[in-house]
Amino acid sequence: MLRISADKIYELLGAASAAQTVYIPSEREDGEAEFKKYESGMKLTNRLNTLRSAKDFFFPQTEDLVEFKVDGKNIEISDVRKESEDFIIFGVRPCDARSFTILDKVYLVEPVDSFYKNRRDHGTVVTMACSRPAETCFCQTFGIDPTAPEGDCSVWNDGSYYYFKSNTDKGQKFIDSVTSLLEESDTAELDKSIEKTKEVMKKLPLANLSTENFGGDKLNEYFSSDKWAELSESCLGCGTCTFVCPTCQCYDIKDFNTGHGIKRYRCWDSCMYSDFTKMAHGNPRLTQLERFRQRFMHKLVYFPANNNGEFGCVGCGRCLSKCPISMNIVKVMKALEVK
Amino acid sequence: MNTNDTLIPHIGVVTDIRIDTPDVKTFRVEAPEGGKVFEHMPGQCAMLSIPGVGEAMFSITSSPTNKEFMEFSIKKCGCLTNWLHAMDVGQMITIRGPYGNAFPVETELKGKDLLFIAGGIGLAPLRSVINYVRDKRENYGSIQVIYGSRSKDDLVDYKEILDEWMTDDGVEVDLTIDNAQEGWDGHVGFVPNYVKELNPSTNKTVLVCGPPIMIKFTLAGLKELGFTETQVYTTMELRMKCGVGKCGRCNIGNKYVCKDGPVFRYDQLGELPDEY
Repeated sequence: MLRISADKIYELLGAASAAQTVYIPSEREDGEAEFKKYESGMKLTNRLNTLRSAKDFFFPQTEDLVEFKVDGKNIEISDVRKESEDFIIFGVRPCDARSFTILDKVYLVEPVDSFYKNRRDHGTVVTMACSRPAETCFCQTFGIDPTAPEGDCSVWNDGSYYYFKSNTDKGQKFIDSVTSLLEESDTAELDKSIEKTKEVMKKLPLANLSTENFGGDKLNEYFSSDKWAELSESCLGCGTCTFVCPTCQCYDIKDFNTGHGIKRYRCWDSCMYSDFTKMAHGNPRLTQLERFRQRFMHKLVYFPANNNGEFGCVGCGRCLSKCPISMNIVKVMKALEVK
Repeated sequence: MNTNDTLIPHIGVVTDIRIDTPDVKTFRVEAPEGGKVFEHMPGQCAMLSIPGVGEAMFSITSSPTNKEFMEFSIKKCGCLTNWLHAMDVGQMITIRGPYGNAFPVETELKGKDLLFIAGGIGLAPLRSVINYVRDKRENYGSIQVIYGSRSKDDLVDYKEILDEWMTDDGVEVDLTIDNAQEGWDGHVGFVPNYVKELNPSTNKTVLVCGPPIMIKFTLAGLKELGFTETQVYTTMELRMKCGVGKCGRCNIGNKYVCKDGPVFRYDQLGELPDEY
């Protein structure tokens, strides 16, 4: 396998960023990690994961859809779409990498969302295997192996070296662009390090969390469960879980008067909000119970029902650490489970 | 970027505005160069918008057999619909679609005796089907329309009903209003009760649309009369933004009303959670 000494990784990132924009997970002043455009002198974060997921790269929090000029009774429409530039996201964790294939099942099915596809086509996902999974991690529950990440190119760091393996043409192109910095080596050291990680994975508190009692066939069973009242009782409806979630994909479409015309944009929305489904004649999800239930039913039942059993969660654990009332999908799964 | 995207709308021009009732107007929409902006099937919907005001989903009330224009019967009940009601002929709007499935006019409904049951503005989506089957009369059996509103003045498309539907051979129209009023010598009473009184043959396939409470009691009445859920179709409405099952809000269980609906057969709807 190809590898580079850990102290040369910034040389590699510098070389890659000469050809196209490279984003790396880096620490902010407050200590949280976020993806930033790589510039010389920046450091990769030691944190396991970024505060916000990597979905922003393909499904940004806000994006312009179309613009209108309104003049009396006349309207002119202008298509503001531009071909995205090529870019590399370096250091995406295996959970976030899987979230892209989940988002693909929404945005790349007919009718294809050209805004999403544009970014997807131009983005190269370089994933970083996990060596120190956290207590909030449960990607294994969804069949993700954090030591064998998906994406265009997989990277492992055993402390001394970064190892590279391409999975797609885009991934190979990335490796080719830095190949002069890489050396061929065996994987004996890396294998040892992976074995160690696998031992840690077995001991994680959520290692045994199972999806076997969830899926598309459980609709009526769980929808009418009397557990929802208690589970949702303290939910503030703040939407934090949906904003940090790598697979939450709901959006709103709104217009903004720029003074020179009308800009129509889309932005993330949240099923946790009271006006999400509100209509002139009423609201089918009137209380937080219905809104709370929608979010978890979508991930654990509706999404698998429509996508050959695949769940709408990757076990990244962000909602576990960020929910202000410490409610999360793990608690919901444990409470609901019909044994 | 030269691919089409469904979120980018087309221009439509409002070429005629008909005042149907005190709060319902019917808008005729054509492409700027004339003709329809796109083709549709009965029951499908379109997203209409005034940039800067809002965008919402409306059922296309005209029949696809109309080759010149599309029509939308719209009740004034919010920000966008207030704006639409205030506009004049010649106004441009934006339009995208068509969205959703359609009433199965070329499959399950073919050759059947049809019973349409509508309440208030609920006639709008059914009018598309009614005029479609009237225009393709040879493909269908008998046609009966039971339609009711709060008052005579609230009957949508009243002129077309009197002048065209009621004069059609083989089309039975039964109208009712909630309360007696001067100048009305027709039936008085709620739609669900009227359906029971009329006691239609259980051979018929039923298409029903109206306020939720009317639909609920109508369905119960039909069951009493011996109709089964597989004989009854309705069309749903929930809040929508994208129209293509991606923005995530119009789902009932795992079905998106914008994409898997808006038309559902009652037995299919019965399998979904009661959240609409």
